[in-house]
Amino acid sequence: MNRRGFLKSAALGVGGILLPAKDSDASVWEAFFQKHFREMNDKEKKDVVARLEIEYMQKYKKRITVKSTPALPNVLYGYGLDLSRCIGCRRCVYACVTENNQSRKPQIHYITVLQFKQGEKWVSDLEEAKKYYNAEEVPEAGHFYMPVQCQQCERPPCVKVCPTQATWKEPDGIVVVDYNWCIGCRYCMAACPYGARKFNWGEPEIPLDEINTETHYLGNRPRLRGAVEKCTFCVQRVRENPGRYPACVEICPVGARKFGNLLDPNSEIRTLIETKRVFRLKEELNTQPKFYYFFSL
Amino acid sequence: MTILRFSKDLFKHITTGKRAYFIWLGVLAVVMLNALISYINQLTHGLIVTNMRDQVSWGFYIANFTFLVGVAAAAVILVIPSYVYHFKPIKEIVLFGEMVAVTAVLMCLLFVVVDLGKPLASWHLFVTPNFPSSILMWDVIVLNGYLILNSLAVIYVLYCAANGREYKMYIMWPLVLISIPWAFSIHTVTAFLYNGLSSRPFWNASIIAPRFIASAMCSGPALMILVFQIARKVSDIEVNDKAIFKIAELIAYAMGVNLFLYGAEIFKEFYSMSIHVAPLEYMFHGLKGHTLLVPFTWTALVFNLIAFVVLLSPGLRNRFLYLNIACVLVFIGVYIEKGMGFVIPGFVPDTLGEIYDYLPSYTEISVSAGIWAFGAFFYTLLLKTAIPIYKGELSFLSHNMRRNLKESH
Ligand code: SF4
Ligand code: SF4
Repeated sequence: MNRRGFLKSAALGVGGILLPAKDSDASVWEAFFQKHFREMNDKEKKDVVARLEIEYMQKYKKRITVKSTPALPNVLYGYGLDLSRCIGCRRCVYACVTENNQSRKPQIHYITVLQFKQGEKWVSDLEEAKKYYNAEEVPEAGHFYMPVQCQQCERPPCVKVCPTQATWKEPDGIVVVDYNWCIGCRYCMAACPYGARKFNWGEPEIPLDEINTETHYLGNRPRLRGAVEKCTFCVQRVRENPGRYPACVEICPVGARKFGNLLDPNSEIRTLIETKRVFRLKEELNTQPKFYYFFSL
Repeated sequence: MTILRFSKDLFKHITTGKRAYFIWLGVLAVVMLNALISYINQLTHGLIVTNMRDQVSWGFYIANFTFLVGVAAAAVILVIPSYVYHFKPIKEIVLFGEMVAVTAVLMCLLFVVVDLGKPLASWHLFVTPNFPSSILMWDVIVLNGYLILNSLAVIYVLYCAANGREYKMYIMWPLVLISIPWAFSIHTVTAFLYNGLSSRPFWNASIIAPRFIASAMCSGPALMILVFQIARKVSDIEVNDKAIFKIAELIAYAMGVNLFLYGAEIFKEFYSMSIHVAPLEYMFHGLKGHTLLVPFTWTALVFNLIAFVVLLSPGLRNRFLYLNIACVLVFIGVYIEKGMGFVIPGFVPDTLGEIYDYLPSYTEISVSAGIWAFGAFFYTLLLKTAIPIYKGELSFLSHNMRRNLKESH
């Protein structure tokens, strides 16, 4: 018996008590002994992806593709949000949920749209903000809105604190999580200043007919209970060739959301950073978000 | 063969005792079993059975963990006077203090494990440790190191006793010398775990680590005073009153420092009244109608103040009734202050300003109770093993040799 085989059978003994018997087939153990995504070579990545696709097929009765496209060269993604346009309709929130296969029960949202009364404190003191506003019609008179999501910090505290390196910053600036590697300690949630990290407290559930079958290993593939997840700027879309906009950018009815390559001097995002009044959330914490709020009016 | 006989003797010793002993172990076993059932339920359904949510992502488990690191660290309050200053009454009981440390660290590790979303994946910690960047990795290292240090000390002392000889100071010294700064390190690192997060202003205050140490020097020794008294009632170990009163005196000073640091923090927040005052407001008089934590905060503060006064006055602290009341007050006071009163307000309001009122769920309470019961169970068995060895009743030597040894003394 080789080492791997030995470890497997040893773990079977221990795990047999902890896991329901029906799951005790080979793939559970392959998943258990799976390497950290960043330590896999191309062949190992392919194997894991193939295994996941079979697993998802069995579970969701649908062909779900799992890509592992690496970051494109010379790209650093940046995001812009026009506060003078946002009407607080929350279409982005739900487009994100559908695109990224977030759990519907319990509910997980990557985007939080904060509602402020005109004249009230905002920017650094978010306590006056309303998270659960419920309006007949938006925008409500006398109010304005500020959507918050992962700011893809250039110096991400979430990455700094993670004990297992289960979360990291990719070369294109996107902060990702290997859901299989995360141990669920939730230290990153305590560290993130923007409430951007979400935990799967229960078994994630998605109605079968609502599953997005185009997925990425580091993005919207089905999630695991007990692991942390977050916005990835729709890594499964933006790394396509030609790249597509993140779902929230695409859906926004008023065009408040902008997206592009910060390294490209001719990109829209660069133009607006250079020509508009721009600010970043909680700048004093020096996390250096690549998410820019701006005013077009 | 000696080992075999020794094990047999030991087993016999552990399995014989008064009725109260078995009732005690039985009750603890029931609590542990109940916890196991709750924990299995948590494993099958996920952490959703707790009341933690994204807004308050750490709760009762981590609160207990934080408190117990303090209890573990507090063993130094015995180690220093006994080994460094050779204060005889404490030297006789330092072993039992080190056993408290071992037990507390084990409980800490259990609390961390039950808090994990995917406990089976914890081996990842050792494959790709994010060291030195993640303070959690530091904590894993210092806590396990501390566990090993104290276990070695306990095992070595007992091993010598079982062989009927004094322990050698040249072996003890290195252990003691390392374990003193190490004890401070476990609590400092645990403080830094919170302290380093700029996202949470309530924790991001430089006073946190010293406050942690000061309060640890209160709660741990208070627990030890209570435990030692119970132990000497139910067994035949001798714990000198002088040792107990000395420890009580040390708690008084530590509590003084603790209250001072606490006051300094309250002053800074309430006088400057910056936006960071919100968590303290939430604790002391509620925030926007949310007053869940208010009774806890005041209870802790009042308990600590009363205990401080009692322990400061020699007339009161040298009377067991008052002393014991004070110790219970310190224990509860610091338990709240370091647990619910420290971990929760860090998350309230959350980073986007939301207030989520957190109280532990039944699962969290029963699992935590189980870990405490485990601690009590484990410590009881440790005492049951250590006391006869320490007194020479249980040893590697045969009965005859033991008798000869006694006569020649
Ligand atoms: S916003 Fe939060 S989750 Fe996103 S990169 Fe920054 S710290 Fe990490
Ligand atoms: S919850 Fe997962 S991603 Fe977050 S710090 Fe812990 S192991 Fe890392």
